[in-house]
Amino acid sequence: MSDLNAQAKEKYHNNFLKEVAANVEEGDWVKMCMQCGVCSGSCPFGPHWAHPPQEIFMMIRAGKREEVLTSDSMWMCTSCYNCIVRCPRKLPITHIMHGLANYAHRLGLAPKNQPTRQFAKLFWNNIVKTGRVNELKLSLGLYFKDGLASGIKTGMAMKNVGLGLMKAKRLNPMEILGGHGCKDIKGIQAMVKKAQEIEAKRKGFTAA
Amino acid sequence: MADQKIAAYICQGCGLGDRLDTKALAQIAKTDGKAHLIREHEFLCNADGVATIQKDIDEGVTHIAIAACSRRAKTEAFYFPTVAMSRANLREGVIWIRPEGDEHQETTQEMAQDYVRMACAEAKKLIQPTGNPTAERNTTVLVVGGGITGMTAALEASKTGYQVVLVEKSGQLGGWAGKLWKRVPFKEPFANPADTGVEAMAAAIQADKNIKLYLNATIAKTDGAPGRFNIDIATESGSVTQEHVGAIVQASGFTLYDIAKLPELGGGVNPHVVDQAGLEALAKAANGGAIKRADGSVVNSVVFVQCAGQRDDSGKHLSYCSGTCCNTSIKQAMYFKDQNPDVDTIVIFDDLRTPGNGEDFYRSAQKKGVTFTKGKVAGVTASGNGCKVTFNDLILGDENTTIDADLVVLATGQVPNSGVNIDPSKLEAETEAAAEVKQISILNLNYRQGPDVPQLKQGFVDSHFICFPYESRRTGIYPAGPVRRPMDIAQAMEDATGATMKAVQAIENAAVGRAAHPRSGDLSFPSFRAEGCTQCKRCTVECPFGAIDEDEKRYPVFNEARCRRCGTCMGACPVRVISFENYSVDSVGSQIKAVDIPDEFQEKPRILILACENDAYPALDMAGMNHNEYSAYVRIIPVRCLGSVNLIWVTDALNSGYDGVMMMGCKHGDNYQCHFVKGSEIASIRLSKVDETLKSLNLETERVQNYEVAITDIERVPQLINDYAAKIQEIGLSPFKF
Repeated sequence: MSDLNAQAKEKYHNNFLKEVAANVEEGDWVKMCMQCGVCSGSCPFGPHWAHPPQEIFMMIRAGKREEVLTSDSMWMCTSCYNCIVRCPRKLPITHIMHGLANYAHRLGLAPKNQPTRQFAKLFWNNIVKTGRVNELKLSLGLYFKDGLASGIKTGMAMKNVGLGLMKAKRLNPMEILGGHGCKDIKGIQAMVKKAQEIEAKRKGFTAA
Repeated sequence: MADQKIAAYICQGCGLGDRLDTKALAQIAKTDGKAHLIREHEFLCNADGVATIQKDIDEGVTHIAIAACSRRAKTEAFYFPTVAMSRANLREGVIWIRPEGDEHQETTQEMAQDYVRMACAEAKKLIQPTGNPTAERNTTVLVVGGGITGMTAALEASKTGYQVVLVEKSGQLGGWAGKLWKRVPFKEPFANPADTGVEAMAAAIQADKNIKLYLNATIAKTDGAPGRFNIDIATESGSVTQEHVGAIVQASGFTLYDIAKLPELGGGVNPHVVDQAGLEALAKAANGGAIKRADGSVVNSVVFVQCAGQRDDSGKHLSYCSGTCCNTSIKQAMYFKDQNPDVDTIVIFDDLRTPGNGEDFYRSAQKKGVTFTKGKVAGVTASGNGCKVTFNDLILGDENTTIDADLVVLATGQVPNSGVNIDPSKLEAETEAAAEVKQISILNLNYRQGPDVPQLKQGFVDSHFICFPYESRRTGIYPAGPVRRPMDIAQAMEDATGATMKAVQAIENAAVGRAAHPRSGDLSFPSFRAEGCTQCKRCTVECPFGAIDEDEKRYPVFNEARCRRCGTCMGACPVRVISFENYSVDSVGSQIKAVDIPDEFQEKPRILILACENDAYPALDMAGMNHNEYSAYVRIIPVRCLGSVNLIWVTDALNSGYDGVMMMGCKHGDNYQCHFVKGSEIASIRLSKVDETLKSLNLETERVQNYEVAITDIERVPQLINDYAAKIQEIGLSPFKF
């Protein structure tokens, strides 16, 4: 992973704007931002970001590579699309945020304990296994993400909810054993693999 | 005048007949107004009414007083150019502003009767003007300056069928635009720098038979007036040629603010810091190739510093935004990007202002990879073989951000080439820098008030921004382009076209002796009785338009074609020898005296209102249209401008028993609205000295009040009147009643 980071640094000679344009989904749009701040003002999470989108775009142009890629700001995006709707320059801001998060993750620079990132990882690993989400495993994975003790504590706290779901036949405890999958699980996994290959090729990565 | 035959017409239409006793009004016109012929008519402005008046005129009536609606209404119906005419405003001025009902009838009728007396008195003192005896028609336009503005003006005038004399001080046409490598685009898609078009324009000028071109030439002297200007053109060889022209377009352009005044930004200190003109020169030298610095090395990184020496609130530099430099920097950044996309181009701006279609141009630059950074540049220092720019990044909040660059371009602003500032009182407001460029006169006017067109602020020439932006304060001289306000090529071309049309209009007005704005079409002009004149020079000093020169004995010399007919000279004259045929100290004074002043026991005050005909009087008329009521004790006389108010009117009014005088003029100061620029200001200066006179007469200072009124003050004006009437009640009636 850090190899990838070093390679990227070497390739773009600290021209982070170019690096973003080439490697981040919709990153070519960053140069078009005119710093009006409508995105930052429209974001429902605005006050909770260290760097709202307008600022992130400016940091990219100012070459603040480490600060941007290690920031948890773009992980805060909830995809409400308010910014995209309102941007007078028509920047796909939501997509750029996800693109940046994804790029930081690939380079291994994304903040390790960022909950959105952790959830995204759990979700992804969960869904590619059988082609559908195993809700029980996903929930338990989340409970125990910070260790055994806190997992048990959260589990106990959620006990009644779980029992209720079971009574209502909305939760099958047997799913813990592996659960049911899609019809052609091999086909789905092959499809995902191919898609990852294409993406890696487009973005110049050798491995995901 | 023995052969005066005065006819008075009393209209009964629009409710006048119902609300007023027109029979009594007719009687007043006969007994007090001394009219020779009196007619009442049920609808005076209809075909029959107008025909009646015309028939009377054909049968020998010389002066008519029409008692109907405001003088601003029905001007097409009541158009009798062969006779002198006065109007009594019974509709907007009486019945529309007074409540109905028996208890108000007496005062309302008195108001109407006074207006009839005043109209008759005024009519007697009027002479229908016959026009300027010195009128001449000269169809040549002088264009001073051969830049984009001047060339556009010359070509437009020629296309309209007028001759042009074009004077350019340098050896070639083009001016500032001629120094550019490319210009900001003016056509769809507004994406790339465009050809300047200067060569094609210059060729068109050379080929145009209507245009006589003087290169390397300046204006040594400008003499005369619209329709008959004499211009001495001095050429480089020292010879002087005289040209006769009808009007002048002054397209003297601008000079870039001197970067040597910005040493903290490296201006004049660091060889790798240039202004926008400097960069254009480098781009021209590169001729489409890689742009090189003065030392011959190729530029790989460039920083543009916007607002350099502009929008400065410390008073050291230009305080205004030139409005063009952002687009210019965008264009110049493209010079680099179009040649080599790997050149780092950074524009540091505070507010990026791209008027017109500049927004598309800005977007195009972003697409090309120009980086825009919002910040305030603190300094530019030498660093290795280049420059280090230190700035406060306003988005990221970093006060000491630095960028290294091979070349720094300072976007300095436009300083107008407006010649000598002839109004020394304005000098303190000028920045030193702006004053320095303007030592040399552009027009060398042989006018009593000074050699150039008066300026308003920051060296830009004065014009009535709201109502007649092209008119300067020298009739027949039309500044165009950046000498009027900062502007770009597209705006300058439009401005030049407008100024040329105004110049053509001035020529045709001068040919028949008509006034320019705002009394356009007026044929009257001021004249004076030399035997009464004390050569005090007040008229020659105060004329807002420099229309009055002095002869060798220091008597005023009126240049009718320069005159705007405001009457400021008439108001200034302490011995009252200046008058117009249709507007004089007497024509207003006799109206003041015609009002019937009730004795003190009747407890009916009389308040005189002298209202500017441009704003205050229309506002009063509109108050009438809205039926906004005001006191029946006021008597309103429209004046051409408060500047034309001679203090004798105020003195006469108080002496004849008026209880108060209200003066209503336009706003003055830097954001003036006075249609004659200085009239209301001069009036307020004169009035500031009235207080002492009032005190010496043992009168309260409140008895004379000055108000600034705008044309939109439809609600406020009646309120002012009513408040003032209440105040007069409070301080009591004038002791000068008989």
